[in-house]
Amino acid sequence: MNPPRALVLTGFGINCEEELAAAWRLAGANARIAHLNEVFLGRVLLDDFQVVNLPGGFSFGDDLGSGKALANKLRYKRLPDGRSLLQALRRHRDRGGYLLGICNGFQVLVKLGLLPDSQGLGEQEVTLTTNRSGRFEDRWVRCRVEPGTGTPFLRGQDLIELPVRHGEGRLLLRDDGVRQRILQGGLCCLRYCDAQGAPTCQYPLDPNGSDLHCAGLCDPSGRVLGMMPHPEAFLSLYNHPNWPALKRRDPGISEDGQGLTVFRSLVAELS
Amino acid sequence: MIRPQPSVVQLVPKAGVPDVQGRRVCEQALRYLGIRTGLVRCVRIYVLLEALPPQQLAEFAQLALADELLHEVHVDTPYQDEAFRSYVLVARHPGVTDDEGLTAQRTLADFLGRELERSGQRVFSQTAYLFERDLDSEQLRRLAEELLGNSLINRCEWGPFQQLGHYLPAVALPAAPPTAFVALENLPDAELRLLSQRRTLSLNLEEMRAIRDHFGDAGLQRQRRRRGLGRHPTDCELEVLGQTWSEHCKHKEFNALIRYRDLDTGQEGEIDSLFHTFIRGSTERIAQDLERSGDNWLVKVFSDNAGVVRIDDERVFVWKVETHNTPSALDPYGGAITGILGNNRDPLGTGVGGGRLLFNTNVLCFGSPFHDEPLVGGQLHPQRIFDGVRHGIEDGGNKSGVPTVNGAIVFDRRYAGKPLVYCGTGAVMPSAYKGRPSWDKPIDPGDRILMAGGRVGKDGIHGATFSSTDLDENSPRTAVQIGSPITQKLLSDFLERACVAGLIKCCTDNGAGGLSSSVGELAPISGGAIVQLAHVPLKYPGLAPWEVFVSEAQERMTLVVEPAQRQAVFELARDFEVELTDIGQFTDQGWLEVRWDDETVALLDLDFLHNGVPRKRMEAEWRAPQLEDPELPGDADCGQLLLRLLGSLDICSREAVIRQYDHEVKGKTVLKPLMGPGGCAPQDAAVLRLDFRSYDGVAVSNGIIPRYGDIDPYWMSAGAFDEAIRQIIAVGGALPDPARGPNRFWTVNDNFCLPDSAWHPEHNPDGRLKLGKLVRMAQALYDMATFFGVPMTSGKDSMKNDFRADGVKISVPPTILYSMVARFDDVRRAVSSEFKAPGDHICLLGRTWPELGGSQLYRLFGQLGASVPRVRKEQARDLYQRVSQATEQGLLESCHDLSDGGLGVALAESCFGAQLGCHVELRGWGLDALTLLFSESHSRFLASVRPQRLEALQELLGEACRPLGRVTEEPRLRAALRGEPLLDLPVAALQQAWADGLRRQSGGEP
Repeated sequence: MNPPRALVLTGFGINCEEELAAAWRLAGANARIAHLNEVFLGRVLLDDFQVVNLPGGFSFGDDLGSGKALANKLRYKRLPDGRSLLQALRRHRDRGGYLLGICNGFQVLVKLGLLPDSQGLGEQEVTLTTNRSGRFEDRWVRCRVEPGTGTPFLRGQDLIELPVRHGEGRLLLRDDGVRQRILQGGLCCLRYCDAQGAPTCQYPLDPNGSDLHCAGLCDPSGRVLGMMPHPEAFLSLYNHPNWPALKRRDPGISEDGQGLTVFRSLVAELS
Repeated sequence: MIRPQPSVVQLVPKAGVPDVQGRRVCEQALRYLGIRTGLVRCVRIYVLLEALPPQQLAEFAQLALADELLHEVHVDTPYQDEAFRSYVLVARHPGVTDDEGLTAQRTLADFLGRELERSGQRVFSQTAYLFERDLDSEQLRRLAEELLGNSLINRCEWGPFQQLGHYLPAVALPAAPPTAFVALENLPDAELRLLSQRRTLSLNLEEMRAIRDHFGDAGLQRQRRRRGLGRHPTDCELEVLGQTWSEHCKHKEFNALIRYRDLDTGQEGEIDSLFHTFIRGSTERIAQDLERSGDNWLVKVFSDNAGVVRIDDERVFVWKVETHNTPSALDPYGGAITGILGNNRDPLGTGVGGGRLLFNTNVLCFGSPFHDEPLVGGQLHPQRIFDGVRHGIEDGGNKSGVPTVNGAIVFDRRYAGKPLVYCGTGAVMPSAYKGRPSWDKPIDPGDRILMAGGRVGKDGIHGATFSSTDLDENSPRTAVQIGSPITQKLLSDFLERACVAGLIKCCTDNGAGGLSSSVGELAPISGGAIVQLAHVPLKYPGLAPWEVFVSEAQERMTLVVEPAQRQAVFELARDFEVELTDIGQFTDQGWLEVRWDDETVALLDLDFLHNGVPRKRMEAEWRAPQLEDPELPGDADCGQLLLRLLGSLDICSREAVIRQYDHEVKGKTVLKPLMGPGGCAPQDAAVLRLDFRSYDGVAVSNGIIPRYGDIDPYWMSAGAFDEAIRQIIAVGGALPDPARGPNRFWTVNDNFCLPDSAWHPEHNPDGRLKLGKLVRMAQALYDMATFFGVPMTSGKDSMKNDFRADGVKISVPPTILYSMVARFDDVRRAVSSEFKAPGDHICLLGRTWPELGGSQLYRLFGQLGASVPRVRKEQARDLYQRVSQATEQGLLESCHDLSDGGLGVALAESCFGAQLGCHVELRGWGLDALTLLFSESHSRFLASVRPQRLEALQELLGEACRPLGRVTEEPRLRAALRGEPLLDLPVAALQQAWADGLRRQSGGEP
């Protein structure tokens, strides 16, 4: 059985490609980091990969709003075959491929209408905008996975601790219809929660004031996932801000980070 | 002149959508300026010079600029709203970096599916702030100039709000004047001086004479005639000399011949260059020792943009720390972001280049944010400098994807004029590219000179001295530059690939002095260079040749490429959307020759350019100040003192600052600035892994204690050095020791920041003493570095940190920062500062001395004192070796170095970082309570250990380990002296005082 193949896109200010590729490799997949222009020039084909990743970072410095300028590039710039990369990503999804957007990548997916895409129309239904605090913040949060979630990235998981590092992670919904469809479809697959695991809007447990306490969304197929927290930043126990005490409490604790489970889940699904 | 009618797009927050930015402006206006604005609405404005059909323009605005959930879009119809009565519009002056406008322009090119004209900006961004209240003109001016914009970079307008306008910051320059010849022949001294002043060359009389005499040489004149040049130097040649011979580039004071007198001992002597004697001298001695041990991990020191040490056979580590003080005083945001990005380019441009940036550090010195004295002309309030610099570091690091892992903030009223902004960057580079050593900088005649990155404008020419009175409405503003992280990210992504592919022979950064400096510094490697300026891409037309050559336009690098690789490099650059221009070639003819098409605009003898600057002679003296330790009130309440110390500016929590820096992008940070169950335990040094395959790592620390210099700069410097070392020891590092295995490197950057120390009878009567302080700082550097075997590998000096305005001079205290990186064997053994579990024993490691001089305790009482902490090197080394053994054996559960506020503060931090308490009994050395609690004696740690391991620890450390008590479940800090209770406080109260330090609304710095 060949290991699954993951494409990690970079360029234009994306900056988490290295650790995201490391995450896939540690989980047992093959990972290739490619500059977006290699895709635009037709040198790298999405068809050769099962998972396409849009990593975190500051594409175009968050000018025009986070992810917006990169979303424009994906929407308007043409590949050699005349399609846009957005069209290519839709085709990838429709053919059973997976799409993962983390932080800035999530912002791009939302602005392209790939998430949550609750009606399959490709409209922008939600946005991610300036945190309620008005500030960029790097802090660790606890998230609850929606029970019975349809996305294989998160299946079987319950509580997960991860860092958030963003200034524009506050999810706003376009209207009540979107809210209903997200709730009914279980698309809000990851929520900020308190120490007991109850979803919360209390700052800083919820670091940005998102609607639905939402930290991550998937589409109805479950194959497209976007999240603000960074699973690729918790590949090792030693990324955790309290690892020395955790190790003291449990000397046999695994040296793997909890973030790795997201990647392992999908690799298991694909293997 | 006639301009096309621009199109204007306005994005207004939709009703019901939170306008977070508006709310923040409203809060800050009240907090900083006392102005009640009512509701504030922020409107983004884009001004487009590209003519588009109305339908297409509307579509672009709706789909590509606006977020349909957030914005109401107005295209070419000015927004009106009766709910708002007044406004401020903040645009940029012509020629000032406008990243958002450029991004909108790139997005327009994607939208249209075609390239736009690249010379000259086509899209501009600006922001309008609408206020509910009818504010008067003075209130609006203050909002515009003191909160929302900076008159050096922003063009602001304000008034009653009727409908929203815009501003078009187009640059329009008259045609550049042709290259001019400047007659120096037979010029008398007074006129030479005047000429240097008028052209802001910053050259002194002796230097001007040397230039005059050089150009008078008959042999040179013959050579010049052959190239069609007259006997007078060109404006370009003078500018290149002025720039190359600047203090910034030639370090004339660190290389000066100094006559030094110690007035206390009567000793006199001559120091032949501080740099060679103490800095390079100490490293050379260490290198000899390393060489003898057979494990010399020093690969390249002082001779490139950054120091290079060996990690293993495959990789080297590159480390550089710089300052960016003056720009940060003028425009704190622009100064800091340009500083951090410029410093990133140092490791990127070391050796062949293309290192991968691993982390940033920053150390900042500010005036008190609660400064309540009147400001002098041009002086920004320290709070504003703090906010702006912090924001610049946030964007510079976060937007580049480089984690900010360690730093410090120091407050002193003497930094209220000029802040100190130290930026550090560490990088990892492969040892070889395609079999060629990566740290080498080979250049051969015939190699091409390529300029990569941003375009050239008048940016930074003559820095802030460029008179603003000469400017009209359409002149580009050039005094302050604003870095563009996105331009640099494109450049560094490209460079890394090009280096790995073996396409780049070597490269260097274009920073101060621009092409003049980068090509000028590379040219001696091959023996000459010819530069063709006519092809350099410009931001706007109208630059004179000399301006193109010395411009400090940011985000540029100069690449050296063999002719055979030229085409491949251009192809790769196109793929990465990096602008690349061939601007000439290297030669072996001995000249730096600059041409504009067929005209030679500069022809400089390389030897004269680099070695012709006359040696500076300076005078220094030292006399210890007459000081005494004060009598403190005998009945002082230690608890109250501890609370006040924890809330004091130098000690209180930096969490609000730290959280706005991404400290874990790249996923390699193991000890972050804040750790523990609540994420609030401050750590002594950062620890990072180098990759995802192994647990190999580095530890990073910074030592800086300027206030000790008021007593004795020697002990300030030695103490800062010890502080940086002991922080690395605290987290589990070890001193250099060949027995520990190969390549256990330490690499240090020394950064001196001084007030003007050149003696002058009227302008600087105490200049000799200031220079004497520098001598003592450098002596301590030598003594410490050679004793511990911890070498400088690169560094920087910044010599004129005085702010002058309205007849007032605010000078920084002589300040030194040591920034250290040490190899870390196994990051899993890193030790954090917070206690871990109730019942653990708490031990003080190292001896406390009656050393309250310069302490934070004395500062609470407005006193300086005399008993400045000294470094007892032998004892320190012995202790550090044993502590390293203890961490290797896994004996320590926590370890925190003692510094500001001494044992009392360390106990408190270790408790609240852990959400635990402690119960300790102080004893020893016959010292009183205040000394035991608050003395800042160096080379000490507060550690905790499991009960069953206490004996082993005591055995290992002997006398140096003093058990004090236990960690408690109950979150109270309790301390007693000989049975008498000294402290009994809830940990929550201590933490609250600590957390609130920077939030205090009143009360100045003592």
